[in-house]
Amino acid sequence: MSNLQTETITMEQMKTNKDNRFLQFWRLFRRKKPAAISFYFILFLFIMMIIGPFVTPYDAAEPNYTSVLETPSASHLFGTDEYGRDILSRIIAGARISLSVSFCAVTLGAIVGSILGLISGFIGKRVDKLIMRTCDVLFAFPELILAIGIVAILGPGLKNVIIAVAFFSVPSFARIVRGATLEVKEMLFVEAEESLGASRLRIMLKHVFPETLPTIIVYYTMNVGTAILAAASLSFLGLGAEPSSPDWGAMLSVSRDYIGTAFHIVFFPGLIIFLTVLAFNLLGDGLREMLDPKMKD
Amino acid sequence: MWQYIVKRLVSLIPLLLVVSFIVFMFIHIIPGDPARLLAGKDATAEEVEMARASLGLDKPLYEQYFVYLKDTLTGDMGYSVKSGAAVSELIGDRILPTLGLTFLSIIWALVVGILIGVISAVFRNKWLDHLGMFIAVSGISLPNFWVGLVLIQLFSVQLGIFPTGGAEGWKSYIMPSFALGAGIMAMIARFTRSSLVESMKQDYIRMGRAKGLGSRQIIFGHGLKNSLIPVVTVAGLQFGFLLGGSVVVETVFSFPGLGTLLIDSIQFRDYPVVQAEILLFAFQFIVVNMIIDIAYSYLNPKIRYE
Repeated sequence: MSNLQTETITMEQMKTNKDNRFLQFWRLFRRKKPAAISFYFILFLFIMMIIGPFVTPYDAAEPNYTSVLETPSASHLFGTDEYGRDILSRIIAGARISLSVSFCAVTLGAIVGSILGLISGFIGKRVDKLIMRTCDVLFAFPELILAIGIVAILGPGLKNVIIAVAFFSVPSFARIVRGATLEVKEMLFVEAEESLGASRLRIMLKHVFPETLPTIIVYYTMNVGTAILAAASLSFLGLGAEPSSPDWGAMLSVSRDYIGTAFHIVFFPGLIIFLTVLAFNLLGDGLREMLDPKMKD
Repeated sequence: MWQYIVKRLVSLIPLLLVVSFIVFMFIHIIPGDPARLLAGKDATAEEVEMARASLGLDKPLYEQYFVYLKDTLTGDMGYSVKSGAAVSELIGDRILPTLGLTFLSIIWALVVGILIGVISAVFRNKWLDHLGMFIAVSGISLPNFWVGLVLIQLFSVQLGIFPTGGAEGWKSYIMPSFALGAGIMAMIARFTRSSLVESMKQDYIRMGRAKGLGSRQIIFGHGLKNSLIPVVTVAGLQFGFLLGGSVVVETVFSFPGLGTLLIDSIQFRDYPVVQAEILLFAFQFIVVNMIIDIAYSYLNPKIRYE
């Protein structure tokens, strides 16, 4: 009976400990002002992604030829474009496209790269060599050139932009997760598990993988920024989103023709790309300082 | 030292072969008949067959690859579908402006980046440090095409100081190299700061202070000298970023370099040019990284003897 009681207490304690750890993390995180502000900004963008189409002041796609290229005013905060469409509404509508493309690409790259890195680091030997040499070959191509090459093969379009951006993030995830795995593999608890007779797959998934998660989270956050820039660059070059769509990069691409006559249509889409990428980079920096053991000095 | 260089060069051969094979396969991976792709979209059936025969596309793949390799090594990269000119000539015309642009970008990025990094490290956790690092993280986050467009608006349209594009005269290089170098400058600044902060913790710095050396001599004479080696390596690794960025920045400024040639060729489906350019970009990147590696081992003997 008494045994059972202590056991229940420990379970409860463990639960509160877990809650406390999260709260502790949150309290520490909030003290990092740039990262915390970035987090709220990203949260805001996500809300816009979901409810955006319902709250935009104007229809993002409907042309209005009575208000073409209007400068920012009370009725159009960011002004209007060459078809008289409200730029603020288009930026809000475009959040859906630009963010989902980048998230899909990085998630895809992170999953494939992490699995490869985990396998490479944990199994080692020939498998490790094969995976790492393949990564070396991919690293031989400058990132954006690799992406441009892939889009040249697959043809322009957002789906292919996702594939291209995911492709170039695979080797860097693989390399980073491999490094983290190699470190974890040497730890005492892995040896203990092995001597207890746990299978390699179990050790890899249940013990090694969770330990590499902080590294993956930090790297993931920082990569979203890179992916937004890369996807916007491809759309800007005319290899990504349709020119008529409210994708941020595509908006900038079209706006080039109006430089000198209507600067606001160049300025605002670029500003939102900059702020979004900045937010992801600052959030990544903050998370790295908190999660990366090497940075904790 | 020579032994190391030879070893590094030899280890490069397999990588170059694999990369060239991937680029060779480019034309075969694209959906459609390679002969038609290489002959151009408006080619007649006869022209397609001629292309097939003259390019050896009817031969087995490995044979085609050897021919491709031999041709590339002798500078024969095929003919442009769009203009009919030799690809090597087209690239030859464009390579100098792009090299000039990337060179200018990396120079200013190194100078300003190191300066900001040193100031941040010296005034660590003071407002100058925060300002320097804010500039750095902003630089990494800026879309270079947007920087280019804003520069055109400010300095060409409003102030009329610099031309909006082209590559005539030194003035036309200023804005593109600023837009292209901003990201690298930021990365160099961050890296210089952390590297210098790390070296300032070393014993020889403490020793210098104990001997009564002035802080200027400690920072520039001892600290910075030792922290610059990794900074140069990072600059080399970021060279790929520069090559990719040049495509975008050249497009903004209608700069007659390799980048605009690549984008024009993709849009025109001028595949021989696209293929040659991707190979060239990859080779440039590999060669620069190798030079950095060798320079690094020269500066840091520890690496050489491993």
